[in-house]
Amino acid sequence: MRSARALTPDALADRVLRGDRGAIARMLTRAESGGETARAALDRLYRHAGKAHVVGITGVPGSGKSTLVARLAFAVRRSARTVGIVAVDPSSPFSGGSILGDRIRMSDLAGDPGVFVRSMATRGAMGGLARGTLDVVDVLDAAGYDFVIIETVGVGQDEVDVARAAHTTVVVSAPGLGDDVQAIKAGILEIADVHVVSKCDRPDANQAIAELKGMLALGLSLAPGSAQTWHPPVIATSSARGEGIDELLAAIDGHRRALEATEEIVARRAAIAERRMLKAAEAMLHDRFMRRRGATTAAVLAALGDRRLSPHAAARRLLQDLQSGDSE
Amino acid sequence: MSDEEPVIRVLIAKVGLDGHDRGVKIVARCLRDAGMDVIYTGLHRTAEEVVDAAVQEDVDILGISLLSGAHMTVFPRIFAALKEQGADDIIVVGGGVIPDDDVVALRRMGVQEILLQDTPPDAIVESMRRLVRERGPR
Repeated sequence: MRSARALTPDALADRVLRGDRGAIARMLTRAESGGETARAALDRLYRHAGKAHVVGITGVPGSGKSTLVARLAFAVRRSARTVGIVAVDPSSPFSGGSILGDRIRMSDLAGDPGVFVRSMATRGAMGGLARGTLDVVDVLDAAGYDFVIIETVGVGQDEVDVARAAHTTVVVSAPGLGDDVQAIKAGILEIADVHVVSKCDRPDANQAIAELKGMLALGLSLAPGSAQTWHPPVIATSSARGEGIDELLAAIDGHRRALEATEEIVARRAAIAERRMLKAAEAMLHDRFMRRRGATTAAVLAALGDRRLSPHAAARRLLQDLQSGDSE
Repeated sequence: MSDEEPVIRVLIAKVGLDGHDRGVKIVARCLRDAGMDVIYTGLHRTAEEVVDAAVQEDVDILGISLLSGAHMTVFPRIFAALKEQGADDIIVVGGGVIPDDDVVALRRMGVQEILLQDTPPDAIVESMRRLVRERGPR
């Protein structure tokens, strides 16, 4: 088990594929650190992934995401399916450290072999996810979990990366957060495949639901006759009373069926893969620039400093330099 | 994407009927400020729940805070659960109000560091780093 810690990438990947929890945990650590040692195993696991339905859950801080995720996980288990959860919390911009507290709300899931919960820190990544989140999703997917739920950090208006990572995106709003519906209407409301208004045991919940539905109706009337076949439903939930959770799972399953019926799922998977490829290429280029800070770079930087070159022109020089370096 | 210095992962837990979490939150904050990832599982957990979480989180260190006097009951359960899960290479540390005699007994049991209530923050951070260093890379 975990005693065989210094496993080769292949041996570790084998154990992940068999669902060994210690091996999954270790693989996730390697995936998160993003090092070359993880790559061989991740490349192999990627070929086995692609079966799980990936659900992103996002919303403002304090909207009840973690509690909702825990309730949703129970509902998934009741439907005789398994679930992996990736819970992202922010890193300190100063120390780089983090306090990951999402598990506090998920303790009831402990001891269930059909549930795997992993916390991740953003490590300075913007957009609501951590670097390496999608590698972590792949590992859980390859390990055989039917659902993989990504819980983002509490987001503001513009952190929409989860929609480019998940097959179904759930946006959680809560009553009583004042203008939060207003605040998110331009950004994250648009990425929702399913809307949740949480904490509906509160008296002001109906107003929040009405406002949200009103806004969505407005959107529909502005785009009449669009080819859109899926209209994001609004689900009222109360995690405290356990209400609306089965409806939420039904909505997620419904969205999945709609994606499959229209073959939109193929397009979404392709778009996710393409974006990951471009991100990886970006990171590799960045790395090579940082490693090759040679004579050309120094000259370009000097020219940039006294404004003989614009940042854009300087970037083109750097790329030319890299290419000529390749042909040496 | 180059290999980075691995971030130390610590899971901090309160086990059993002990509602005093001010100290443990301060410790969590100190470790965060030292650049570590700190997973906090909240109050009133069982030993089995805590170990289950520590395995999934693949932590370097499992820290148990106890102010209830139940340490001589709780730690054996922690070690039994770690062993059962094949995770007995996780470093176990304890903190709280613990009598001197029990400190000796707990160390013998395998608790690698015991942080009593007068331990300064820097010393906590330094001993966590030292324990991970001594264990070596994994």
